[in-house]
Formats: sequence, structure tokens, C-alpha cells
Amino acid sequence: MKKTARIAAVGVIAALALTACGDREDDKKGDDTKSSSAPTDVSSSPTDALDQYPDFKACMVSDSGGFDDKSFNQTSHDGLTNAVADYGVQSAEVESNDPSQFADNIQSMVDEGCNSITTVGFLLADDTIASATENPDIDYSIVDFAYFDDKGNNTAPANLKGLTFNTGQPSFLAGYLAAAKTQSGVVGTFGGLNIPTVTIFMDGFAQGVDYYNEENGTDVAVLGWDREKKDGSFTEDFESTTKGQNVAEELISQGADIIFPVAGPAGLGGLQAAKDNGAWGIWVDTDGCVSASEYCDILLTSVMKGMDVAVEQGIADAAAGTFSNEPYSGTLENGGVDLAPFGPNADIDDDLSATIDDLKQQIIDGTIEVGAP
Amino acid sequence: MAMSPTPEAIVPDTEPAAKRDVSSWLPTVRDTLLAIALALTVGAFLVIVSDEQVIDAFKDLIAYPGSFLIYAGDIVKYSAEAVWDAYSALVRGAVGSGPALQRTLERSAPLICAGLGVAIAFRAGLFNIGAQGQALVGALAAGYVGFTYDLPAGIHLVAAIAAGLAAGAFWGGLVGWLKATSGAHEVITTIMLNNVARFVVLYFLAKEAFQKHNSDNLITPPPMDSATFPTVGGLHLGIPLAVVAAGAVWWILDRSKLGFELRAVGANPDASRTAGMSTTKVYIMVMAIAGLLSGLAACMTVLGLHQSVTDQVVGSVGFDAITVALLGRATPLGTVLAGLLFGALSAGGLGMQASAGVPPELIQVIQALIVLFVAAPALVRNFGRIKRRRTKKSSVETEGAVA
Repeated sequence: MKKTARIAAVGVIAALALTACGDREDDKKGDDTKSSSAPTDVSSSPTDALDQYPDFKACMVSDSGGFDDKSFNQTSHDGLTNAVADYGVQSAEVESNDPSQFADNIQSMVDEGCNSITTVGFLLADDTIASATENPDIDYSIVDFAYFDDKGNNTAPANLKGLTFNTGQPSFLAGYLAAAKTQSGVVGTFGGLNIPTVTIFMDGFAQGVDYYNEENGTDVAVLGWDREKKDGSFTEDFESTTKGQNVAEELISQGADIIFPVAGPAGLGGLQAAKDNGAWGIWVDTDGCVSASEYCDILLTSVMKGMDVAVEQGIADAAAGTFSNEPYSGTLENGGVDLAPFGPNADIDDDLSATIDDLKQQIIDGTIEVGAP
Repeated sequence: MAMSPTPEAIVPDTEPAAKRDVSSWLPTVRDTLLAIALALTVGAFLVIVSDEQVIDAFKDLIAYPGSFLIYAGDIVKYSAEAVWDAYSALVRGAVGSGPALQRTLERSAPLICAGLGVAIAFRAGLFNIGAQGQALVGALAAGYVGFTYDLPAGIHLVAAIAAGLAAGAFWGGLVGWLKATSGAHEVITTIMLNNVARFVVLYFLAKEAFQKHNSDNLITPPPMDSATFPTVGGLHLGIPLAVVAAGAVWWILDRSKLGFELRAVGANPDASRTAGMSTTKVYIMVMAIAGLLSGLAACMTVLGLHQSVTDQVVGSVGFDAITVALLGRATPLGTVLAGLLFGALSAGGLGMQASAGVPPELIQVIQALIVLFVAAPALVRNFGRIKRRRTKKSSVETEGAVA
């Protein structure tokens, strides 16, 4: 009897608690829809800028990081989500657990009747081109890879577009900024793996620091990347924040007061180390003040790689029938890569800000060439 | 040492080989099927609570308790729909069509091979956590022979397989040698060697000779066609090889002198040594065989599916193999069946993801739950047995608790 009463009491309490939650959620949801629906209506009806393709199915296959990697899979996935929101396309997606599943996963998207398939990462390059050759009616895009032969000619079939990003350019600006801001005269960077899509950031960063030294007669040192040897500090892992933290602490103990981690989620450990030791951080891929806002206070800026924009554009082109196999290369010029707004505490003076803008223009003009020495 | 449960304890009494009739298997089969059913039930619950329509209906129900019946009806309807969609997609993706079946078998083959490697080590009383590293070095060796040397068709394939097996056997044998000579615990050494294997692979992948022409990415070229398994009716011939491997493991365990010795060492190493058996030989041999089987698993992936070698090429096969061996009760037949089940779940998981939008993690949860439910009754039963021995009381209650 006593037991029954107790259970009943617990049940009532639980019901009350759930009701309370439910109501609040519901209210919030109501407000959200009200506030958010208004601007969408305004933007879509009068301008009517974006065509809608309700019969078009856009699909995506991740690499083994999965779509929740807070890094390049996730940013690319945002492109798909945005395409659904902006163009009203249908979507489907598959996450890969290991490379032996890539071919199956792409095929499963073909079987689902997808009109465009975006694959994420160079590991899928072979399976993507194989599937593209087999299915000429489907438009394919691949993030972080382009098909070039020895002479630099595009070898992709007509329905396959490579999406690459010259992240060296904004990293150059970040390197210049870091060299200007360092107190200790030492800045540090580290990567996830020694692969081109990672080291292009580190190399651009180091080149920016070198450029600052040449211009200003200073001697700011870069730890973690050697431009001559093409080698440096790596976590050998994109997942483990602990490893990122260890590598960053090592760099800080050697005097670095600005850390530039290029290791996806593992890089968050680098920002944590910077925060713990009163150093600055520069984030990559996305604006860190948005994607890793807990570290916004210690960020000078972020090097943004506009994978979401490129992916969405690829889908839109495919839907509109204007798709081409011309590889896309994100640059400062076309806005495919950029430097994020400076962090709230970065305290960049107007002179430096103007210099950065000027350098950006020079890179766009080709006066400064960012790339291998 | 004495405190840790031996692997034999997890393997239930399958051993009275003298009178092994079908009825002695029934409890094991029943427990396993029960575990699978339980795991699928929990999975169904997860599908329901993550279904948007169900969540919306539930919110409405709480917001408007007056229309309780309507919304409760909605919840039931949407839940049923969500579960039906998910599980029918699972079945279709696993066995629903020719390509689906093919996918299931392709994914089962490496799991079976690596699972056999873990199982045979279990029987010798060794926890082989190192199938991952053994498979990884095997993949590198098989891949290297596959894409570097230009040999005639049949010979090239044999050479590539041999390289994969040898590398895996070496990596596994190392563990046995360390245990036999220095007493280093195999759990520690296998886990450490997994990391070493990954870094060894990364080291070689950074070399020009292991990279694709005109590329600095850490990925090798795919193996040449002459080094890949021939395909018959859509299935590559590595798959029957996995069944042959299972037969070989059965023969070693049940019919060979080595098998007798390794089971004896597994049951009691000290007694075996007193009886004149060389534990050194047994440890090295069994770990080398385990590594060889993991290397075979890597061949299934690299040579069967034409994969380029990267540091992730074998996925998590080495760890899945442990669950496969556990579910298969460390017997060859059980491992084959468990490997087929996990292969089917993996292939079906792709179907669920692609056509029902169910997150891929659900399959991993179901796999983990199956093993948990399989392991839990065994643990409970063991606990009961110890108690029985101590108190000499009938264990009717504990048996009841297990059921």
C-alpha cells in the first residue's frame, strides 16, 4: 500500500515536471516560429532570388569522421542543410565508418535516386570518380580534392567537380597578424596529420610570419612547421583534444604565445592550452567565435574555409542545370576562403587592420604569391 | 593474475567434447537469441524517442492534455511507423536484394577472420586486443606487394596474401614472444602494439614509394587487378576463404596436438607446464596464428574490395572482432555466425541510414547491447556458481534471476 502510494507520488511529480518542460518548450517553439517565419517570408517573396527545386535530391557521403566532427565534414554538411533551406531540395546522407564502406555508401545514394552527390574528403577520391563514371546523369562534387594529371589538366569526367580551397592565402594573413601581435617573438602551429590539406594552412601561416620579418626587420620565430623540410608538429589524430593540448603546451613552454592549431576537433585542445596559459589562439575552418564560442575571448581571428558555401553552390548549379566539371578553388578573391572578424579582445589597431586589408588586396592582385618556397 | 577472470570463464561449457549433443547447445543459443531480441527492442525504443513526429505528438499531448486520446493514438501510430521503417530498411539493406546480400557477406568476411583470431587466443587463455594492429600491418604489407610488384595474375595474389598473413603473424607472434619470455601481459602489449602499428603505417605512408603518383596525401595506390581476389557472381573469392579459415581453426582446436596443448594452457598454464608442455611455444604459436587470421581479415578488405591503404583502412575491425568472438563463444562455428550477424547489421545499418534516415550510431548501440546482454547472463551465472561452491546451497534462485 505504502509502496503504491510512493510510486503514484513519483509518477505525479514526474508528470508535473514533464508538463512544465513541455509547456516551456512549446512556448519557445511558438516564439521561434513566429520570429523566424517573418524574415523568411520577406526574403523569399519580394526578391524571389532563389529558385526552388522540390524534385531535386541532393545527397552527401561523409568520410570516417562523421558529420558531427565539428570540422570539415560538419561544415560541408552545413552546405547541404543550407541548400535544403534555401532551394527547397530533398536530401539524404550517409556517414562512413571506415574506408571500405565508401564505395557502398556512394552506391546507396545512387540507389536512393539522388540527383547530386557530394563526397567529403580526399579519401573518397577513387570511389567518387568510379561512381561518377558509372552514373553520368548524377552530378558529383568532392570536397578537398581535384583531379589533375601531371600537366595540371583537369581529368574529372563532365559530371564531377572538385572543390578545393587555397587556405594558404588567409593563413598568410593570420601569420602576419600573429607576428605583429606576439609579445614573446615566438608563435606556434601544429597539424593533425602531415597531409597537404592541413599543411597548406601551416605553410601559409609561416610564410606570413616570414613576410612580417622581412618587412619590419624583426625575428619572429615559428614553431611547429619548417617550410624547408615540410615537416613539423602533428597530433597524428584529428579526434583527441588531449593530444592537441599536449602539443600546444609543448609549443607554449618553448615560448610561443600565439597558437594556430590545424587539427580539427583535436585543435580545440590547443585552444584550451592557450586559454590556460594566457596565450592567444587562431582557429581554422570556421569562425571560432561561432563554432567554438567558449574560446572566443582568446581568439585573434580565424582562417575560414568556405566549404559550406562551395558545397551549396555545387548543389544549386546541379539543380539549375549549370553544373560544370571545372574545379572550384576557394580564394580570397572569390571569398571561398577568408579571415574571420577579429576576436572581441584581440585589440587590433587600425594601422595593423589596414595593413592586413592591404596584404589581402596584394594577394588577390598576385603581387604576393602564397605557396611553397 | 588470479583476480582477473580468465577468458575461459566467458566461454560457457561448450567443452565436454565427449558427449556433445545438440541439447547442450540449446541454452547458449537461447541466451544469444534472447540477447539479440532484447537489443533490438532497446533499439526500437531509441528509434521511437528520436523520431520527430513522435516527439511533436508528445509535446502536443503535454500541451493539450484534454485531447489525450488523440495524441496518444498519434504517438502509438508514429512510433509503430518509425520502428517499422527503420527495421524494414535494416532487413532490406542486409538481405533484401542481391547487392544487399553481397554487401553483408563482404562485410562479414573480415569480421569472421579477425574474430577467429581473437577466438583462438581466447581458447589459450589470452585476451587478444591486438587484432586491430595485426590487421593494419597486414593491410600495409598486402597492399604494398599488391601495388608495387608487377607479377603474373595468380602468383601476385598469392604473394600479396602471403605478405599480409606474414606481417600479421609477425605482429601477433611478437606478443606471444613477449609474454613467453618476459611475462608481459598480452592485454598491455596488444593495446600498445595497436598504437605502434598505426604509427608504423603512418611512417610508411609518408614515404614516396607508398604514395600515389603526384600526390602527398597519406594514401597508397589501390592494389593492381592481378593482386585482387577474383570475383564470381559478384562475390570475391576471399569470402569462401573465410569459411575455410574457420574450418582450419576448428581442426586446429579440436583435432591437432597444438589445439590440445593450447586448450590445456588456456585451462591451466602451470599444470600444462608440469605436464611437460612448452607454454613458450604455445603462446608464440597461438598469437602468431591469431595475427595471421587478422592479416587475412586485412586481405579481405584490401585485396577483396580493392582498397587503397590508409591508416584507417581496416576501420575498427580489430575491436569488432572481439565482440564477434565473444558473441560466438570463441568457437569457430559461433564466430562465423556472429560475423554474419554483425556483417548483416553493418550492411543493414547503411540501408537504415540511406532510406530511413536513422543515425548510424544506432547499429553500434545495438551491437554493443547484444554483447552486453550475452555477457551479462554469463557473468551472473558465474557469480552464481562461485556462490554455490562457497555455500553449497542450491542455486535455484540465481538461475531464476538469470532467466
